[in-house]
Amino acid sequence: MGETLKGVIDWLFEPTRYFLGSVLLLAAVLYFRRFFSKELVIIAVFALAGAFLAWAVGDHNFHKIITKGDNIPIVILLASVVFFSWLALRQAVINDERKKKGEAGIELELGKQKVFTWPDLVYTEFICILLFTALLIVWSIVVEAPLEEPAALARTPNPSKAPWYFLGLQEMLVYFDPWIAGVVLPGFIIVGLCAIPYLDTNPKGNGYYTFDERPFAWTFFWVGFVLFWVLFVILGTFLRGPNWSFFGPFEFWDVHKLEPLVNVDLSTYFWDGLLDKNIPTNPLVREAPGILAILGWFLVIPPLLGKTLLKGLVQRMGIVRFNVFMHLLLWFALLPTKMLLRWTVNLKYIIGIPEWFFNV
Amino acid sequence: MQKLLQAVRDTQLWRSVFRHGYPDTPRNRTLAVLSNTFLHLHPVKVRRSGIRLSYTWCMGGLTFFLFLVETITGLLLMFYYRPTAQYAYEDIIGIREHVALGVMREMHRWAAHMMVITVWLHMYRVFLTGSYKPPREFNWNVGVILLVLTLLLSFTGYLLPWDQLAVWAITVGSNMARATPFLGHEGPGASLLSFGGLNFVHAGDDARFGLLAGRFVGEGALLRFYVLHCVGLPLAAATLMAIHFWRVRKDGGISGPL
Repeated sequence: MGETLKGVIDWLFEPTRYFLGSVLLLAAVLYFRRFFSKELVIIAVFALAGAFLAWAVGDHNFHKIITKGDNIPIVILLASVVFFSWLALRQAVINDERKKKGEAGIELELGKQKVFTWPDLVYTEFICILLFTALLIVWSIVVEAPLEEPAALARTPNPSKAPWYFLGLQEMLVYFDPWIAGVVLPGFIIVGLCAIPYLDTNPKGNGYYTFDERPFAWTFFWVGFVLFWVLFVILGTFLRGPNWSFFGPFEFWDVHKLEPLVNVDLSTYFWDGLLDKNIPTNPLVREAPGILAILGWFLVIPPLLGKTLLKGLVQRMGIVRFNVFMHLLLWFALLPTKMLLRWTVNLKYIIGIPEWFFNV
Repeated sequence: MQKLLQAVRDTQLWRSVFRHGYPDTPRNRTLAVLSNTFLHLHPVKVRRSGIRLSYTWCMGGLTFFLFLVETITGLLLMFYYRPTAQYAYEDIIGIREHVALGVMREMHRWAAHMMVITVWLHMYRVFLTGSYKPPREFNWNVGVILLVLTLLLSFTGYLLPWDQLAVWAITVGSNMARATPFLGHEGPGASLLSFGGLNFVHAGDDARFGLLAGRFVGEGALLRFYVLHCVGLPLAAATLMAIHFWRVRKDGGISGPL
């Protein structure tokens, strides 16, 4: 029974299923938010998670990965992201319900009153600091900071992993070359975050929790932060072993686990598969279909959508904001698109010019 | 007893430090905040909606607190740590085995991890409450840079124990810089920057070389990361924090509905 369950969980956590399952779960949580924001739900979630942990930790492989010093924060990250997402959603649902009844939101009602910083705010801060200090002291005494053998550049550990907060980026290396996964996309994450206040022209929802008044903003951030960033970190930490192969949470990290490399470039599909010709040697000719696809992605989609489906958005945002927004969004969308193409047709590169280190 | 306390409070010494009585009256509560260097970061009065734990999650405050923890524990660690390939690893063992209060490295490391988490959650909360909207756009940007600095602080500190974990994590992380467009020798466009067959961008002068002070993670990288970790980045973060806190006040305090 136990072993079968472990097998099922290992199977479920395979990246495709893990990711699509998370997408469905997120969609369900947002759609049925009135149900998921109930107190009983979060209690049940944490009770189940606690029971699962207590049971799973008996497994040797699971125990090994979960109790690694630097992995403990990730368990905390997961628990706190789940809890705070629930807390935010709950307040948003309550506020939205009150709005529907014509009442003021919690923040607006309480915001009319002003209280003294001393003692009301200072005490909260003081208690938070005390609790955190206690937590840090206990944690520091109980768990020793990891220290491996002295540095030896001649011996490469397998797997070699970046610090945990960058493992989402390392996971992107499965789908993109380092210049995109490690430089361009992180750069766009920073630029995109900075651009948010200038792109979001919706004046509502300033200073209080609400979902109904800014559904797109919430969904977008949940997809970006919870789905991609946090889940990728967890995937990269717990489910990626030697050679960056996938390993289920109960699977032994076997260095010799083989994953066949069956990925094919778009150019091969086009010249060899579709036209049944020899693949041209000139890289620009060879990669013409991929280059056209990428140019179309960035240059055709924004005006096309702006003229048709998103006409209203262009009017609301203005042409400059709309274009900046669309380009940032398309860079972001490149990731799930490539993931889907990889999963469905084993696509390696859309443009593959290794001669110039230019692979997309 | 009461008389004794009153006598102490009436001394010139006491009165030179505390300019007001016990903060249990509106006047004294106001003075408590106004006359205290640290408390006066706060306004005297705050909106009740803004200080509920369920609204702010206290994550911004905790991030600042963890920064202070890092500063103090980091200072103590600096007494015992030498950033050279010869001594670094030994000193780390020494900090655990020979130094009184040998949990300082643990506290420094766990607090650093927690700081990354609290700063992410702070951003999460600020987004979900729409607190980046006017007039707080600029402060959101300062916050984004502080978030990046937090990650860089953690990243530079990751190398210092000089064990296998550290060296290879930084190797993997910094390998990305090699692929920077135009600036990394394995990045797209770098090969275009050549003159008469001479490459301007190669392994000995590209972005990764600048980061590591060498072609691989070695002694130069250790010193560079140490200086950035202990001096450069904390100074930058502290400066931006000052701006961040000041702008919270100037932009209307903890956000709330208008």
